[in-house]
Amino acid sequence: MLEVRDLKVHYGGIAAVKGISFEVRAGEMVCLIGANGAGKTTTLKAIARMVPAQGELLYRAASIVHRPCHELIGEGLALVPEGRGVFARLSVQENLEMGAYCRAGVASKGEMSADLERIYGLLPRLAERRKQLAGTLSGGEQQMLAIGRSLMSHPKLLLLDEPSMGLAPLMVQKVFEVIQSVAAQGVTLLLVEQNAQLALSMCSRGYVMESGLITLAASSSSLLENPAVRTAYLGE
Amino acid sequence: MIADWRKDRQVVRAGIGLFALALAVLPFVVSASFGNSWVRVLDFALLYIMLALGLNIVVGFAGLLDLGYIAFYAVGAYLYAVLSSPHLAGAFPSLAPGLAWPIWVILPLGALVAGLFGILLGAPTLRLRGDYLAIVTLGFGEIIRIFLNNLNAPINLTNGPQGITGIAPLHIGGVVLGRGQDILGFTVPGIHLYYYLFLLLALGIVFVTVRLEDSRIGRSWVAIREDEIAAKACGINTRNVKLLAFAMGASFGGVAGGLFAGFQEFVSPESFSLTESVMVLCMVVLGGMGNIGGVILGGLLLSVLPEILRWGAAPVQQALFGRVLLDPESLRMLLFGLALILVMLYRPAGLWPSAVRRREFEEAAEEEKEIVGLEEGSA
Repeated sequence: MLEVRDLKVHYGGIAAVKGISFEVRAGEMVCLIGANGAGKTTTLKAIARMVPAQGELLYRAASIVHRPCHELIGEGLALVPEGRGVFARLSVQENLEMGAYCRAGVASKGEMSADLERIYGLLPRLAERRKQLAGTLSGGEQQMLAIGRSLMSHPKLLLLDEPSMGLAPLMVQKVFEVIQSVAAQGVTLLLVEQNAQLALSMCSRGYVMESGLITLAASSSSLLENPAVRTAYLGE
Repeated sequence: MIADWRKDRQVVRAGIGLFALALAVLPFVVSASFGNSWVRVLDFALLYIMLALGLNIVVGFAGLLDLGYIAFYAVGAYLYAVLSSPHLAGAFPSLAPGLAWPIWVILPLGALVAGLFGILLGAPTLRLRGDYLAIVTLGFGEIIRIFLNNLNAPINLTNGPQGITGIAPLHIGGVVLGRGQDILGFTVPGIHLYYYLFLLLALGIVFVTVRLEDSRIGRSWVAIREDEIAAKACGINTRNVKLLAFAMGASFGGVAGGLFAGFQEFVSPESFSLTESVMVLCMVVLGGMGNIGGVILGGLLLSVLPEILRWGAAPVQQALFGRVLLDPESLRMLLFGLALILVMLYRPAGLWPSAVRRREFEEAAEEEKEIVGLEEGSA
């Protein structure tokens, strides 16, 4: 589905990602864990083509490294940005409708409202708040809205940037339940998380990033048992 | 709701008809009761409404703060001035006695050139927002003004600070708008004809803006205003959409500028100072950012109110104190400033805010009430 080869990203003179390679296979759920400043978010942004990068990016066997960001979403590569990024002054419904921006002219009105209902079915908390301004939702609800909005574009590969950030533990649980049900619908997921325990318990495989490099790549269960990972990220 | 509208369609039509009639007879009523100088004030109000609607696209819809908007007005005005006056023949004798292109060539050309200038301003500022963008646009406005001030050498293009005189007044075919016309044995003064032309173009701009607002482009402007990264994540080509906002806004300014030059028959860099940019921005903010009706109201009020104050300040003082205590010219700006402060204090979202802005302010107020309530409860 997605293959990253020797990806490098610089912010001015600072190298944020120093040449990493990994892959995400169709139907998989893969996580990228690591501490602050390891380059996880930058990696996701580079894949979504929001920051210029060097290296090779293959999405569904085609190179996307020179494609503009706004075209990728039409091909099913969607990003849920860090810090949620909902349109605070638009209503929940309007936010979801913006998610279908790339499908205008392709999808009919009926399809669109069926999609909306499907997402309200998945996220009943949003259904109660259709008319409410997105900025007035709680953090967890905003995160759900951001996920719901990305689903409106019918993604095949969903990039999730720290969905647990700044949420209460109970809300984190709920958001991850939503993510799991999205995965169950056949969407391939690449998840960036600081909450390593939770991310690894959900994903099949994981990559550990440290200061711009991938230092470990293994199945989630072996990462969870790895003593280095346990001391560094699981607080033991 | 929709059913009600259908039932009331005839009422709506009658309302629109009455409104059109009112707009049509307005200059006659105004000139009969206050004199022709007030029709001139109306003409200027229409020009400012066009400017405010153009700036509203950039500031109100796309959320890009532009403090140099008057530059596009200047571009349109100077383009008209150079193309419709004998001035250019001074620099290029082969062009004598001037180009004298018709209005339906010059105005669209003005819109196009101003739009290009809009892209010129937009392209280097794509990554800037808020304060930083405001400073760059402010600089852009000043650059244009200073260029106009100094482009009299080596080739005399703008005639420098003296400005360009002898501009042919607006004319459609053989009809010169500046002169009165006899229509059906009834003399319509020139100033009224200008009013009708400006009204027509202002309505055209209103129509375009209304149609844009709920279009795909309008929605993407709003998305960029709210959150640029999220807008990108929704598949919006933020670069092109931002440039389009600058270009559209600027082109309206260019049209208004061309009309201004043909109306005044004189342009000079003085008319395009920073204060003018700020004034247009005030119209947008005070009327209600993002709401077309509000912006029109703002443009109308802020262009007519200073004139009323200028006219009323001296007689009112005479009546109250028996003599004129404060110079009407300075008092008028004082009162004007006071009015601005009061509006912003009591109607922070503008006189007639857009639905989105109103919702935001109402919710902020409610939250405040809730917090106060909680604090009172705990105390």
